[in-house]
Amino acid sequence: MEIPYTVKPRPDTGLYNAKVGIWLFLASEVMLFGAFFSSYILLRVGALDGFWPDVPTAWPHGLLNIPIGTFNTAVLIISSVTVVMAWVALKQGNFKKFQRFMTVTIACALGFLCIKSYEYNEKFTHYVIRLKDGSAVTGHLDIDGHSPRFWTLATVTEKKMASVKVHVDVPNQFRYPVGMKRPEAHHEGGEHAEHAAREIKTSDITFLQAFVPATGTFFAIYFTMTFLHGLHVLGGAIVLAYFTYCSKKMWETDPERLTNRIEVGGLFWHFVDLVWIFLFPVVYLL
Amino acid sequence: MHTATTHASDHGHAHGGAHDHHEPGFWSKYIFSTDHKMIGIQYGITSLVFLFFGFLLMLAMRQQLAYPGKALPIVGQFLAKTLGDDMAKDGVMQADLYNSFGAMHGTIMVFLAIVPLAFGAFGNYVTPLQIGAPDMAFPRLNMASFHLYFLGGVVMLASFFIPGGAAKSGWTSYSPLATLADRDHIINGQTMWLIGMVLLITSSLLGAVNFITTIIQLRAKGLTWMRLPFFVWAQFVTGFLLLLAFPPLEAAGVMQLVDNVLKTSFFLPTGLVTSGGQVPVSGGGSPLLWQHLFWFLAHPEVYVLILPAMGIVSEIIANNTRKPLWGYKSMVYAALGIGFLAFIVWAHHMYLTGMGTKISTFFQTTTMMISIPSVIILTALFISLWGGSIRFNTPMLFALAFLPMFGIGGLTGLPLGFNASDIYLHDSYYVIGHFHYVVAPGTIFGLFAGVYFWYPKATGRYMSEILGKIHFAGSLLCMNLIFAPMFVQGLKGMSRRMYDGGATYFGGGLGADPGILQLNKVITHSAILLGLFQLPFIFNFFWSLWAGKKVESDNPWQATTLDWQTPTPPPHGNFASEPVVYRGPYEYSVPGASKDFIQQGQPG
Ligand code: HEM
Ligand SMILES: [Cu+2]
Repeated sequence: MEIPYTVKPRPDTGLYNAKVGIWLFLASEVMLFGAFFSSYILLRVGALDGFWPDVPTAWPHGLLNIPIGTFNTAVLIISSVTVVMAWVALKQGNFKKFQRFMTVTIACALGFLCIKSYEYNEKFTHYVIRLKDGSAVTGHLDIDGHSPRFWTLATVTEKKMASVKVHVDVPNQFRYPVGMKRPEAHHEGGEHAEHAAREIKTSDITFLQAFVPATGTFFAIYFTMTFLHGLHVLGGAIVLAYFTYCSKKMWETDPERLTNRIEVGGLFWHFVDLVWIFLFPVVYLL
Repeated sequence: MHTATTHASDHGHAHGGAHDHHEPGFWSKYIFSTDHKMIGIQYGITSLVFLFFGFLLMLAMRQQLAYPGKALPIVGQFLAKTLGDDMAKDGVMQADLYNSFGAMHGTIMVFLAIVPLAFGAFGNYVTPLQIGAPDMAFPRLNMASFHLYFLGGVVMLASFFIPGGAAKSGWTSYSPLATLADRDHIINGQTMWLIGMVLLITSSLLGAVNFITTIIQLRAKGLTWMRLPFFVWAQFVTGFLLLLAFPPLEAAGVMQLVDNVLKTSFFLPTGLVTSGGQVPVSGGGSPLLWQHLFWFLAHPEVYVLILPAMGIVSEIIANNTRKPLWGYKSMVYAALGIGFLAFIVWAHHMYLTGMGTKISTFFQTTTMMISIPSVIILTALFISLWGGSIRFNTPMLFALAFLPMFGIGGLTGLPLGFNASDIYLHDSYYVIGHFHYVVAPGTIFGLFAGVYFWYPKATGRYMSEILGKIHFAGSLLCMNLIFAPMFVQGLKGMSRRMYDGGATYFGGGLGADPGILQLNKVITHSAILLGLFQLPFIFNFFWSLWAGKKVESDNPWQATTLDWQTPTPPPHGNFASEPVVYRGPYEYSVPGASKDFIQQGQPG
C-alpha cells in the first residue's frame, strides 16, 4: 500500500498531507513566537520608569535605525509577493517564469539578511559608558579612527589606555517615545555638539559595553528574536532555493507535487514575513 | 475478504535474524528505517533503557536518603572514580551529586522515558495500524524525530561527564538557580541540559505534526471520527498538547541558554546577590517569567504522560471485559476537554510565588474544572467493568490496577489545586507522592499493559503469563509501599529535594517527629525490591522473542480494531489489502452475533 493523499487532496478534508502538516507546524511556530512576544511584554512592563541609559534598567527607545528597518520590511513584503507569483507561474505551467520569480524571492531573503547583519554590526560598535559621577553616555569609540566591536571596560584596562575617545550621541527626538519629556543632555556643548568627540578618563569609567545582548533586557530580547527570525529567513531561503534549482526533474515527472511544495514553502514564507511585520513595530517603533 | 486468517509464519520471525533476501540491509532496516513500526520499536527500546537508567539514578538517591552519609554499596567506588571527589568522595553521595541525579532523574523519566514510550513507541506502532494506514504521513520526518530524540538523549547522558557534572537545578530548572549554577564553566551541565531539551522539543514537535496529520488524513475508508478507537483519540489530543505547549518551553530554553552563555538577564532580577557578592549582569529580568513558560508546557505535559496510558488501558479493558466501552462518546469529549483546559491551569504550580491572590483564584478554579473530565474518563472505565466476564490476563491486570492508582494520584491532586491547602503542601513529599501515583503505578502500569498486549502483534509470540503475573503482583505491592508513605512524610512537613532526607531538620531536634524518617528506609527497601521485580519483565521481554508461545492467529486477543486485522508481524505497508471500516471500534458481545466480537473491517 502506498501512502495516500501525498499529492491529491483527501476528499473529505480537501487538503493534501503536506498542507495539513505545514498548518500544524505554523501553529506551533505561532506558539513559539507568541512566547517571545509575551516575554517581551512582561520584560518591558517590568522595566523601571525613567530614561535609558541614565536608569540602567529602564527600557531604551529609538536605538534602532528606523529607515533601514522600514526598508527591510519592504524587502520582505516584496519577497512575499514574488513567492505567490512564482506559485502562480507554476500553476500556469511556466517553469522559467517560476524560477525567475523565485530568484527574486531568494535574493530578497539574502538582501534582508545582509542588511540585518549590517545593523547588528552597527550595534556591536555602539557603546554605553557609565561614569563615576553617575551619568551615562552612549556613542562610538574612536580607536585610531574607528569603533571596535565588543569591547568592555576590561579591554580598555588590559590595553592600559589612560583614556578613551568617544563620539557621544546627542539625544534626538527618536530616542524617547512620543509624549515623554526629553532629559537634559549630559555633556557640555548641548544640542549643537552633535557627535562631539570627548576624551573620557579610564579611571572615571565604571562600565563600558557595546550594544550586545548582555547590555540589558531590551538588547537581549531584540537580538534573540531577530536572530531567531533571521534563522527562519535563512532556513526558508535554503529550502526555497532547493525547490527552485533542483526541481527540473520533478517538474517533468510530477508537476503537481512540485506545485504543492511551492505552495507549502510559500505558506512558511508568508509566516516568516508576518513575524517580521509584528517584530518591526514592536522593537523599532514602540 | 479480510486478512485475519493470514498466518504468522508467512512473514517469518521479526527478530529471529531470519535473513530475507528482499529485506534492506542492517543500516536501512534498523537505524535509518522509515517504517513506523521499526521506528516505534526503536523508540520503545531506547525509552525502556532510559526508564531503567532513570530508575537506577533514583535508587542511588534513595540509598542516600535512607542511609545519609554512608558509602553507596556496589556503585560507590565506581562513581568516586568516574565523577571525582566533588561528587562521590569515598563512594559517599555528595550534595551536588544528589542534586544532579535528582534533576536528571526527573528529566530522563519525563522527556526521555515516559513520553517517548507512550507517544513515540505506542503512538508510532499502533496508531497507523488502528486507523488502517500504510505508514505515517511523513515517514522521513518520523525518522528524523527519532534521531533528534536519540541525539537529545546522548547530550543528556554526556552531561554527566563534563566538568561540574550534569544539571543540578531540578527538572524544572528554575532561574536564577539554573543560570548561576557552575557559572564559571561556559559549557556546564545546565547548558547541556538546555541543548538536549531543544533537541528533544524539536523531535516532539515534528512527531506531533506527523501524528496529527496522519490521523486527520490517513484514516481508512469508513473510519469516521466517532469510529476511532479511544487510543487514537488519546494520541490525537496528546499530539495537540505537544504541538502547542512545547514551543513556549523551547522559547524559554533558548532564553535561558542565552542567559547562561551570553550572560543576559532574561530571568535574572535587578540587584541579584549571591554568596559571591553582586552578580555582574544587567538585571531587569524576571524569574517568574521562566516559571510561567516552564509550567505552560509542563502542566500540559502531565496530560501527555497520562492520556496515551488512558488510551491503552481503554483498549485493553474493552477487549478483556468483552463489552463496549461505557460512555465512549463522553470519554472522547472528556479527552478533548482535557486538551483544552490543560492550557489554562499551569500556574497552580506557582501559588507560592506571590503572583497574587486574584491570579491564584483563577487557576484554582480552572484546576478544579480540569479534574471533571479526568473523573469522567475514569468513571467510564470503572463502569465498563460492570457486568463483564473479565479475562484476567497480564495486560488486563495492569490495566485494572491503573484505575485505582490513577484515582489516588488524581484525588490527591485536589488538595494541591486549592491554594489554601497547597500553601502547606507545596514542595513537600506529598507532591512527590501525588505525581508519582499518577505517573508510576498509573502511566507506567498502562504502558506495561500495552507492552504485554501488543507484543504478540509485533513479534508473533505471547509473553509468558506466569512471569507477567509475578511482575505485576510485585510491582503493584512495591509501588504502593514506595509512594503511600510519601503522603505521610509530606503531611508531616518533610520537604522535597533535601539530600539527607530531612535529617538536618528533623534529626537536628527541631521538634518534629523522627518517626517519619524511618519511613525513608521502608521506601528505599521497597524501591530495591521493585527493581528486582522488574527482572522477570526484562527476562520475559527477550526470552519470549524465541521461546514465547506462538500466536494462533493474527487476532490472538479476539479484538475488534484494525490493528488486529494485519498480518503478524505487520509487513512494510501493514495491510494485505486496503482496509474498509463498517462499524464502531468496540462491537463486543453484540446480541445475535455468531461470535462475541465483530471486527471493524467486517462488512454487514
Ligand atoms: C487530575 C487532577 C490533578 C490535579 C488537580 C493536580 C494538581 C496538581 C497541583 C496543584 C500540583 C502542584 C503542587 C505543588 O507544587 O505544590 C501538582 C503537581 C504535579 N502533578 Fe498534578 N494534578 C492532577 C493530575 C496530574 C496528572 C494526571 C499528572 C501526570 C500524569 C500530574 C503530575 C504532576 C506532577 C509531575 C507534579 C509536580 C511537578 C513538580 O513540582 O515537580 N498531576 N498537581
Ligand atoms: Cu499541573
